[in-house]
Amino acid sequence: MPIEPVLTKGFGSLDLTDLAVYRSVGGFAALTKALREMTPDGVVAEVMASNLRGRGGAGFPTGKKWSFLPKDGRPRYLVCNSDEAEAGTFKDRMLLENSPFNLIEGLVISAYAVNAKRVFIYIRGEFLAGYRIFQKALAQAYDAGLVGADILGSGYSVEIVPHRGAGAYICGEETAQLNSLEGKRGEPRLKPPFPANAGLYGMPTVVNNVETLMYVPHIIERGAKWFASIGAEKSPGPKVISVSGHVMRPGNYEVPLGIPMRELVMELAGGLRPGRRVKAIQPGGGSSAAIFEEDLDVACDFDSLAAKGTMLGSGAVTVMDDTACMVRCALTINRFFETESCGQCTPCREGGQWVHRMVARLEAGEGSESDLKILTTINRTITGTNLCVLGDSIMPFLSSVYKHFPEEFHDHVRLAGCPLHARSESAA
Amino acid sequence: MTPQRERRGAELVAKYPEARSALVPFLQYCQAEDGYVTDQAIADAAELVGITPAEVESTASFYSLLFRHPIGKHVIQVCRTLGCMLGGADELREHIRTRLGVENLETTADGAITYEEVECLAACDRAPVLQHNLEFVYNVTPEKFDSLLETWRRESPAAALPAE
Repeated sequence: MPIEPVLTKGFGSLDLTDLAVYRSVGGFAALTKALREMTPDGVVAEVMASNLRGRGGAGFPTGKKWSFLPKDGRPRYLVCNSDEAEAGTFKDRMLLENSPFNLIEGLVISAYAVNAKRVFIYIRGEFLAGYRIFQKALAQAYDAGLVGADILGSGYSVEIVPHRGAGAYICGEETAQLNSLEGKRGEPRLKPPFPANAGLYGMPTVVNNVETLMYVPHIIERGAKWFASIGAEKSPGPKVISVSGHVMRPGNYEVPLGIPMRELVMELAGGLRPGRRVKAIQPGGGSSAAIFEEDLDVACDFDSLAAKGTMLGSGAVTVMDDTACMVRCALTINRFFETESCGQCTPCREGGQWVHRMVARLEAGEGSESDLKILTTINRTITGTNLCVLGDSIMPFLSSVYKHFPEEFHDHVRLAGCPLHARSESAA
Repeated sequence: MTPQRERRGAELVAKYPEARSALVPFLQYCQAEDGYVTDQAIADAAELVGITPAEVESTASFYSLLFRHPIGKHVIQVCRTLGCMLGGADELREHIRTRLGVENLETTADGAITYEEVECLAACDRAPVLQHNLEFVYNVTPEKFDSLLETWRRESPAAALPAE
């Protein structure tokens, strides 16, 4: 069930980094409508009615998040999270590099809705190209009176400040990002208080993902009903999903939420190499538990994947075919979380390291049965025992593939090496 | 602090409600100028935002793109996470390590190239990927790497890790 692209419309054929081109396809019409015809509360109500859910990973309803801000007269901040670093996710980078004006329009409308006078966009340090593209677009938008003082004669003014990160996955976590923006170590904060009450500089703050904010102008222009009519009832709207790994056409696909995994992987992404079968899929980035060949009919939306014990997350689908060694795959994921733990909480810092070392031993053919025993029990000491969800992300993939392919793990111990690699080497 | 650095520091501080927010951007600026975050940059940053040098050190040490020791004019960062591994990153990393004669986070004997293995760079559809001085290179094969290396060696970039 393909849909007409919304955010990705014109990608590959139009240069949307040119303001005139973006305007020629209707860009900034939504901003004009919001500022001239709608109140801030009216914008919030429209976004709430659309049931837009956050595209950064948590799937929290955006309008509801906005409505939590206390009306106490303190300055408010909008922070755009462009620190995309979840393993397998590459949609925000593409959106930022290809359509910076759609993002700017979304930032201004959303800032107007929550009555923020200053917006910070936190761009991942590695995205230097995206940062430069955004800076250039922002300068054009200021010159055109679309950002800054008295936008379009509405009396509403807002400043947008791009801020480059400096390398740290954890700064994608919203409270870590706020600490990082304040010039501190990017360590997550204890919640509550939530950012809505005490966020950036202790002030009421909303943190939204790039893709989430980019849908806002389209919802304002075409209405909440249009958005809510697309895709799954409880997870409506289009979503950009990054598909990678063992597929013929890896890439970003803008699809209605609720699309069956089979259609996404086997049709849109071109399926697998000839003769290969799906062995495992991470449906929601490195933090998600795997699903398997028999799960291919699951709908890709927040609730359907949660019901399978995994998650849609940021919308990153990584496909592993039957040539992939599950221990080696897990090694990359567990090395990732060991490296990226901020080190604040003991279970994540120490547990993540121990798990990585055990998986590395297994992969190298130096593991033992007692390592495998520990893997089945360590979950309860790591998961749910940390300040943020990074610690909860250490075990899901490993536990799911060990549960599904236990023999592959035991074979690594028994054969002192990888049975798959031994087979492919002897075949060659 | 040099007058130029002072000027840039003031510009950065003016972007934020609180001075400390300018800390990392200022260190990025200093690193681009000096090649790495020097002791002088730590002292300048402390002065600029009004915290102790120890606090600056602690903050700087958190971020993987800030280096407190000299690095090469070329920084090659190769992704090793799942998507790239499935695309051949393990073999690519081995090739690069052998070719450069370095291990992860080491610099070549001539001081020119720093090699680092990094986590997901958000380009998994064109695996395996690397960044050379923060510019993406996609679908890297050992052969492609070797020919790029020749090109890079002939270049003299202004900064391995540009601030802007």
